[in-house]
Amino acid sequence: MQAILALEDGRVFRGKGYGAKGECYGEVVFNTSITGYQEIFTDPSYSGQIVVLTNPEIGNYGTNQDDNEATRPWIEGLIVREFSRVSSNWRSQQVAEEYLEQFKVPVLSDIDTRALVRHLRDHGVMRGVVSTLESDTEKLVAKARSIPKMDGTDLAKEVSTKRSYVWEVGERSHEPVAVVGVKDEPPRFHVVAYDFGIKQNILRKLRGEGCKVTVVPAQTPAEDVLALKPDGVFLSNGPGDPEPCTYAVDSIRRLMGRQPIFGICLGHQLTGIALGGKTFKLKFGHHGGNHPVKNLQTGKIEITAHNHNFAVDPDSLAQSEVEFTHRNLNDGTLEGLRHRNMPLFSVQYHPEAAPGPHDSHYLFKEFTKMMEEWKR
Amino acid sequence: MPKRTDISKILVLGSGPIVIGQSAEFDYSGTQACKALKSEGFEVVLANSNPATIMTDPESADRTYIEPLTLEYLEEIIRIEREMSPGAGFAVLPTVGGQTALNLAIELSDGGVLEKYNATLIGANVAAIKKAEDRLFFKDAMQRIGLDVPKSALVNNGKDGLEFAGKIGFPVIVRPSFTLGGTGGGIAYNREELGEVLARGLDLSPVHEALIEESVLGWKEYELEVMRDTADNVIIICSIENFDPMGVHTGDSITVAPAQTLTDREYQAMRDASIAVIREIGVDTGGSNIQFGVNPETGRMVVIEMNPRVSRSSALASKATGFPIAKIAAKLAVGYRLDEIKNDITRKTPACFEPTLDYVVVKIPKWQFEKFPGADDTLGPQMKSVGEVMAIGRTFKEALMKGIRSLDTGKKVGSDKIEPKILTQRLVTPHPERLAYVRYALRQGHTVKQIAKMTSMDPWFLYQLKEINDQQLELEKHPMESIPPEVLRDSKRMGFSDGRLAQVWRLEGQEKVRHLRKKYGIMPVYKRVDTCAAEFESFTPYLYSTYEDEDEAAPTDKKKVIILGSGPNRIGQGIEFDYCCCHASFALRDDGYETIMINCNPETVSTDYDTSDRLYFEPLTFEDVWAIYQHETSKGADVGVIVQFGGQTPLNLALPLKEAGVKIIGTSPESIDLAEDRKQFNKLLEDLQIPQAPGVMATSIEEAVAGANRIGYPVLVRPSYVLGGRAMVIAYDEQSIVRYMQEAVEYSHDRPVLIDHFLEDAIEVDVDALSDGEDVVIGGIMQHIEEAGIHSGDSSCVLPAVDIPQHLLERMREYTFKLAKALKVVGLMNIQFAIPRGNGSSGNGSEGGKVYVLEVNPRASRTVPYVSKATGIPMAKIAARLMTGRKLREFLPEFVKRRADLDTGNYYYVKSPVFPWSKFPGVDTVLGPEMKSTGEVMGVADNFGEAFAKAQLAAGQKLPTQGAVFISVTDHDKPHVAPVARKFVDMGFKLVATAGTADVIEAAGMNVERVYKVKEGRPNVVDFIKGQRIQLVVNTPTGQEPWFDEKAIRRAAVTARIPTITTLAAARAAAEGIAALQRGEVNVHALQQLHAERHVSKVM
Repeated sequence: MQAILALEDGRVFRGKGYGAKGECYGEVVFNTSITGYQEIFTDPSYSGQIVVLTNPEIGNYGTNQDDNEATRPWIEGLIVREFSRVSSNWRSQQVAEEYLEQFKVPVLSDIDTRALVRHLRDHGVMRGVVSTLESDTEKLVAKARSIPKMDGTDLAKEVSTKRSYVWEVGERSHEPVAVVGVKDEPPRFHVVAYDFGIKQNILRKLRGEGCKVTVVPAQTPAEDVLALKPDGVFLSNGPGDPEPCTYAVDSIRRLMGRQPIFGICLGHQLTGIALGGKTFKLKFGHHGGNHPVKNLQTGKIEITAHNHNFAVDPDSLAQSEVEFTHRNLNDGTLEGLRHRNMPLFSVQYHPEAAPGPHDSHYLFKEFTKMMEEWKR
Repeated sequence: MPKRTDISKILVLGSGPIVIGQSAEFDYSGTQACKALKSEGFEVVLANSNPATIMTDPESADRTYIEPLTLEYLEEIIRIEREMSPGAGFAVLPTVGGQTALNLAIELSDGGVLEKYNATLIGANVAAIKKAEDRLFFKDAMQRIGLDVPKSALVNNGKDGLEFAGKIGFPVIVRPSFTLGGTGGGIAYNREELGEVLARGLDLSPVHEALIEESVLGWKEYELEVMRDTADNVIIICSIENFDPMGVHTGDSITVAPAQTLTDREYQAMRDASIAVIREIGVDTGGSNIQFGVNPETGRMVVIEMNPRVSRSSALASKATGFPIAKIAAKLAVGYRLDEIKNDITRKTPACFEPTLDYVVVKIPKWQFEKFPGADDTLGPQMKSVGEVMAIGRTFKEALMKGIRSLDTGKKVGSDKIEPKILTQRLVTPHPERLAYVRYALRQGHTVKQIAKMTSMDPWFLYQLKEINDQQLELEKHPMESIPPEVLRDSKRMGFSDGRLAQVWRLEGQEKVRHLRKKYGIMPVYKRVDTCAAEFESFTPYLYSTYEDEDEAAPTDKKKVIILGSGPNRIGQGIEFDYCCCHASFALRDDGYETIMINCNPETVSTDYDTSDRLYFEPLTFEDVWAIYQHETSKGADVGVIVQFGGQTPLNLALPLKEAGVKIIGTSPESIDLAEDRKQFNKLLEDLQIPQAPGVMATSIEEAVAGANRIGYPVLVRPSYVLGGRAMVIAYDEQSIVRYMQEAVEYSHDRPVLIDHFLEDAIEVDVDALSDGEDVVIGGIMQHIEEAGIHSGDSSCVLPAVDIPQHLLERMREYTFKLAKALKVVGLMNIQFAIPRGNGSSGNGSEGGKVYVLEVNPRASRTVPYVSKATGIPMAKIAARLMTGRKLREFLPEFVKRRADLDTGNYYYVKSPVFPWSKFPGVDTVLGPEMKSTGEVMGVADNFGEAFAKAQLAAGQKLPTQGAVFISVTDHDKPHVAPVARKFVDMGFKLVATAGTADVIEAAGMNVERVYKVKEGRPNVVDFIKGQRIQLVVNTPTGQEPWFDEKAIRRAAVTARIPTITTLAAARAAAEGIAALQRGEVNVHALQQLHAERHVSKVM
């Protein structure tokens, strides 16, 4: 099956199609993680995006129920160099191609993904179409140009849960793939987590650290959250531009100082805005599992998982109120902040990893510590 | 934290000679470390006994000691260096010289040397080394941090071993403590086998200790390369997955980077474990390598072992990712933090990150069991391979196929010898040919599942092989004329070589395939290895080919030189050639050329991304080299190609490349070929009136027999175009010739078998020379210490020659000059001479006065680095410049004018070989015309004896200073044996001899204890050796095929680690050496000092 990627600037890549027949549209971004394609497929933050994986061999270990970050894949389409027709791993339950086909996600394979990545690096992320149906590339380029731009689009409310629920699964469920020293603490805290596109591993981590988690829809008003009498509020990751999510910014402003708050990724960007800051779009974003981030308080380096196209502009924040806690060593962007007077901190990257290194798991402990202190 | 200021001088410990398990990768890491430390302003002192390395170049360190790597010599180096700068902070870096350097660090510490001279270890502390190396400590440490390990027990006797094995059940793994590359390790399937393996393991362990371990055979095997800095930042550089499951030493496994069949959850669990391990073991700074086994059914992960130093795997990881582990490790050792060091490739981002790959790397080991008849060629926990290749492709399939063709097997594509009858055996039992059998099994229709069950290989890898097989079947459906372009393109993308396609279509050469590809526009592009999967711009052209859309090589139009490397290390073609290739690159870069290296050996300095302006990590085949040449000339650049530095591999490409229009610089391929072409070469020697042993060429058994009968036995028989005396034998009768032609070699009209009369009882001499086509300068005339008939690479030799009369030296010079001119040599040349011994009194060949030419090689030889170190003149650099048209008069005007040889001053330089016998128990250790040594060492002193003793010591042969010497010599040597025996008696040795020799010694008035030959009765000489009643063996062979006694004596001597000497010349040298040892002197010399004393003009 032939498949084509057409970009809005007219560049076209032809390859083979796997997975679902059809067409998909979105912003084309690349991810440099070596492992964890299944977590990437199912990360709601990829809503609206077609993902190019730089690791050329994808699908090797199949897919399984435990490694999902959501109940279904959220990427619009997948672009790889080589897509395995078989899976080999003792945990594998389904071949990757079947899994994506089941959820109607098209796959473009056998293209020069490195050339595509270099193109995106040099010209920035752009809109694109992957099609197994249309062979007229001019038509496809025109389609790419007609896709709504990511900038200014609120996708968080689209991907968020429609009703609230309580999360029960911790980390122990994944033995024997044990992480050194991991055990699930009995619940000591009640956390309300705003779902802007939350990854399930955040929930597993919170549960593992002894939190009972109630997940609520993105547009839940602050009062409803407070009514649940939580010990802390969590602001999740999610897709799209943070600027139009004004409802979330309002809620955060009303919760600030009244509840310990921890934000990740989009949750961090929304916190930045709530604190009076501005966000901007990066040329091609950070998507991968090898970014060095310096903890400015301890001086230690964490190798971290990233998945974001927007970032908080540190110059837009008042340093009298906000302390910068983490900085990216590759490009110097702001990776974490903490309020000087209120129990609130957030990070741009993904301490829950999945996929990615576990160097920043300690932040979940810091959150529970903050809640503990707040309780006293 | 920035650079440490409490240290100003650092002693870097090298790894010594190349041996199996410790190869050129430590030249790569040591060179990087020295460079990095020097650039940081430290005074760098280097100790390494191996002259064939880049790290022992005088420029690499401030003071270089090519001295034995033993406690006493190191102490003397430390003493002198301490005295030179008493106030300076002094440190020792032991983590870039392999296991050898780590063991020395422990010795220095335990021996109180570090304390005595107030020196600190950097990179790893003694406690960490002991914790990582001592298996019991290690196991405890792992359990303390909650990691699983295979069940095991440390034992120091057979009984305990059997008892424990009974408890955990067979099979069990035996791992002796503190040995290199798993030496002495093994798998035991029953009690009897355990007794054997354990006894050997205990014997080889310096602490007489071995671990008995639960078998994890067939589990998946992984390695992670980890780095840690002084602020406890830890990063993973690379994950490696073994294609061969647990049970095969990782050095003998095909390995793949990055790991292919781990989910993120599993990979991160392994990453977490690695970080926990490096912290628990306490490696403060630097790189470590951690191995894991994973049960494919349940996912149970166990830690296998950890190396608290850079390793073979870290060299591979460096080449696989572009992240220079040894260089960074050296910087971390002096206090830098990872975030303070820049990533060379991106320039903008820090070294504190984890490389990500957008390609697949495959490493394939290279074995040489054919050189060791009788060796057990099954693969197990003890490493047996002598070298490796690495290949980079965009997919596993492409990388694997490129790797296979990089191996330079000499076999035609697809001509693997498969014996269907042993298919099951070959699949079940790990063996060098296992991959070929897996592919055969697929072709025969066996399923992935069946093969996975037999091999325990991961089905994903096998499925990739199946896809390759399916593609081959698809190709076979189409004649070349009607091949659909997309099938051709898919095949190339999968890594099929033009040679393989030509074979499918039964074409004579590859040319038609190349033209077809050109017609369809199916040409390779070159991608960069950049550590970051193109996320950032790359500033280093470290390139590999693939069949994709976009090319990143961006060839320039500058004048440039392409240097063809030597491919995988093997016996006879090793690090010496890499040394020459690097020197060519360094010199020509300085001369303003853009230098381009092509090589596929990950262990080397030549494949470091900053050795040359550009690095193509590619197979050394015609197809690959030609494509690069085309690419590099595409902008109109003037490109010259150097083929004479990389050994036989590039030489085999020389003529085809030239015919295809490639500009080969230096000695013409025709001249190189002429020296190999027996007919033409004979004629040349006749014309020049230079004597040579009569010889013939044969392309059939009949021709061979007739030829050999005509020229007279014994004869030396060998194939053409080989290096290291591959398949070279001395035949004493017609029967041997027939057998040789039937079994030993492949030959053809183009590649006839060469048969020469063998000059028995001769001294051999090696001459290395430089020539620019007009003038010639001899680098060195090296006298072999072993007799003729032993491959020059296996022979100890000395510079300058010690007892060759002047007129014969002069004659060799004259022949060398004549030959260099006649062959129009531009660059390096090596000639081997034989001087037959007369029946005169000294036995040193002064009577006959005839010098025979054995071989002429108008190319770099194995001895170039050794001669360069001895003379202080970088011969390979000069040679490279001569190839670009420069003249010897520019560089060595004095020598040209005086027709003088390069000078070795008042010192003697002895080179001695190192052999892999301990890896191949049961193999006959006798030397012959086929080279068997893996590496070499050098000893230097102001007298021959001491230099010889030092070389022997450095090679692991400690000459005794007291005890008994066993002497047994041939009739030919008997008249000369008494004076040698006298020397030993005078030094207080007792003599032991067999009847004939004893008669001569007694007749000369000395006491001697008589001993039986092996067949005569008992106790015989072997019993004496085993009973430690003999400390030195002098046994000159009869010239016939080694007879039973000699074989038995040598084997016993090797096992008991008793030095064996096979010529009277060497015996005299040993006597002088022992005299030096008895004086108790430990003298060390810095190379820079030796060169300065000689007022070597600064030519480069």
